Amino acid sequence: MTQRYVLVLAVLLTTVGLSLFVYKWQVLGFPLSENQDTPVWTIESAISFDSGPGSIKVNLHIPTLTPGFRQLNENSVSRGYGFSVNYGSGGREAQWAIRRADGRQTIYYRISVFEDPGSEQADTTPPFPPPPAINEPFRTAVDVIVAEVREHSADTASFTTELLRRLNDPSPDPNVELLMSEVGNNADFVDVATMMLASARIPARMVRGFELSGRQRNADLEPWLEIHDGDRWRFFNPTTGEENLPDRFFIWWRGNEQLINVEGGSNVEVDFAVQEAHLDAVAIAKSQAAKSGATMFDFSLYSLPIQTQAVYAVLLMIPIGALVMVVMRNIVGIDAFGTFMPVLIALAFRETKLVWGIVLFTVLIALGLSIRFLLERLRLLLVPRLSAVLIVVVLLMLIISLVSHKMGMETGLSVALFPMVIIAMTIERMSVVWEERGPGDAMRAGGGSLLVATIAYIFMGLGWLEHLIFTFPELLLVVLALVLLAGRYTGYRLLELGRFKALINN
Amino acid sequence: MFATARKLREAGVLGLNERNAEFIMRLNPRRLYPRVDDKVLTKQLALEADMAVPDLYGIIDNQGDVRRFAEIVKDHDSFVVKPAQGSGGDGILVITGRSKRKRDCFRRSSGLLITEAEIAHHLSNIVSGQYSLSGGKDKALIEYCVHFDPIFAEVSYQGVPDVRVIVYRGYPAMAMVRLPTRASDGKANLHQGAVGAGVDIALGETLTGVLKNEVVDDHPDTGALIAGLKIPQWDFILESAARGYEVTGLGYLGVDMVIDRDRGPLMLEMNARPGLNIQIANGIGLSTRIRRIDEIYDADATPAERAATARREFSAHRQLQML
Repeated sequence: MTQRYVLVLAVLLTTVGLSLFVYKWQVLGFPLSENQDTPVWTIESAISFDSGPGSIKVNLHIPTLTPGFRQLNENSVSRGYGFSVNYGSGGREAQWAIRRADGRQTIYYRISVFEDPGSEQADTTPPFPPPPAINEPFRTAVDVIVAEVREHSADTASFTTELLRRLNDPSPDPNVELLMSEVGNNADFVDVATMMLASARIPARMVRGFELSGRQRNADLEPWLEIHDGDRWRFFNPTTGEENLPDRFFIWWRGNEQLINVEGGSNVEVDFAVQEAHLDAVAIAKSQAAKSGATMFDFSLYSLPIQTQAVYAVLLMIPIGALVMVVMRNIVGIDAFGTFMPVLIALAFRETKLVWGIVLFTVLIALGLSIRFLLERLRLLLVPRLSAVLIVVVLLMLIISLVSHKMGMETGLSVALFPMVIIAMTIERMSVVWEERGPGDAMRAGGGSLLVATIAYIFMGLGWLEHLIFTFPELLLVVLALVLLAGRYTGYRLLELGRFKALINN
Repeated sequence: MFATARKLREAGVLGLNERNAEFIMRLNPRRLYPRVDDKVLTKQLALEADMAVPDLYGIIDNQGDVRRFAEIVKDHDSFVVKPAQGSGGDGILVITGRSKRKRDCFRRSSGLLITEAEIAHHLSNIVSGQYSLSGGKDKALIEYCVHFDPIFAEVSYQGVPDVRVIVYRGYPAMAMVRLPTRASDGKANLHQGAVGAGVDIALGETLTGVLKNEVVDDHPDTGALIAGLKIPQWDFILESAARGYEVTGLGYLGVDMVIDRDRGPLMLEMNARPGLNIQIANGIGLSTRIRRIDEIYDADATPAERAATARREFSAHRQLQML
């Protein structure tokens, strides 16, 4: 019965711990390992124009839905302008307005995004477009081409590919030639394709953006074609007809409207600059969580002051030490002094480093023990004797520090980091065991403590583990579950296998 | 590794984890622990249940009383000082006589002399809780020193050999004789280096011994053969052990008996967490016997009936035949 409760509790704790972990990892994007950098692009559009005599209003299309990317932050730099963001038919539009301005004006809009292949952004399903009104002789040409393409295709995707192939044909038929006669640039070309798709009742629109790569100045906006197949939007390369979207293609805006519209200004120029930076993944997750209003981050350790964070980075490893302790004692069966003494020693090892830690610990215990045996002759009562041992331990630490400093070994100074009360209790316990059960048992338990401390130190010092626990403290619930399970482990301890070997029937 | 574990499981060997989780935690409610952990209380309860125990000379329960020590022992040349809440035999001082010349100088079981001042310091240590399981204040008992029956003289190095019986739900399940050695300083605790010898429960005869997890045939100090010794008043010992269940209420219990030359078997102490080396001494796993007791368990049986049942069921010879 108890067994079942423990099992249920352990499963529950593990589930809660792991689901929180997965949520933070997958949804909020907390990094699994330290120093995981994510490339971040900052795209800056500089708008400059000559101001006219009256009031000025600037409308700029800005990114709305950006498949493959997630927005980190955006801002605008514009002195004296009122700034607002509105939703228009083609997505978001930034608007700057000012009553009067002198000379050439420059306004900046800046957006930072990071790559997130898993970023799914819901887009609306458009209605079937109405047949566009087209004048003759283009009307007949469009009808003929659409009819031919329809014959050579099976669905919207293959229709689009076939249509683009025909429009791009180096030796076009007369109908295509007629339509292309008006086309001046790529954007016009995509415009024509969109119009023809609309005649075939296929929702289509132009998207414009650019491939992000390293540092770019004067990045050119490239038109791309997007069609809706009834389920989702699909991207087509307008010049080849292939269905694809280049890697790191950042969509700036959709539709065939102009990028910018400046009322009351002239000689408008828009210039895009791209800059790549590497940001700590934690910082990105942090700002993401803050933006989406997830309270998770408010409760994360990263919201604490840096100094407190450093303390918790160490404290959170204690449960790992406790787990090592449980495994070593209940599953392996190693003798050690005190329940948590080895864990505290392991904490001290973090500062002294392993080899010096073992040396200093051994020296301290050995000296303390010899003095403790001298004290035994004085026949002191328990509490005064323990206090005396404690004082001796403090003095010994002082002496070791001074001597090693004089000898030029600064590591000796770190002896002060050993938990002196724990050391004093260890010396006392060890001397009692020494006297009652002989030096053999005392040495064995002392060695066992040191061994467990060393193993705990190794686990508590694993950088990736420390990062994992610090970023996902909910994993401690899993550690708790493991400890609970170990608490109901009734199998043999590893060392018992040897101890009871004589009992195996042959 | 797993093969070894499986073989041990087949042999019915009980491990520490299983003992703690399945027997001690389940059958020994914590509130009953003082009955065995406080030797003063144990003695009181045992006397009420008519169990034979060593006479109590006096109790020292505070530092001021340490002074009373000389008066308590003034009529006795031999006695034992022990902490009421000690564990594993730690802190027990056995005094076998006084120095001929100086009356305030005592002779320990090891033959070494110890002064009254030293004993007083030891008593202070006991009272201040050095040997106490909880580390809190403790009492010191001064009681009759058992003059052990010569039956074990050949296989003991000083000290008092005792008989440990594991009692499961009132039924004696396994027994061993614990023989002090030079290494154990006259104490009968296996982890201090005493030899444990398994006992055939049906016959009350010793089997082979175990020293520090190793099987031994003869005593390391005296060289005498350990096996085949007949324990006197075996029936009485088993019945007393079985009675320990009524006295303590503990379902998994170790009862330690000593055999006095003049007074016969006396119950020395009881233990709520008896060790597992008894399995090695007997060459058989405890789980096997525990399972058998669960099968034949009868809640209404008297201690005498339970002891008789154990004698019938747990014969070492019958086990050998079964194998």
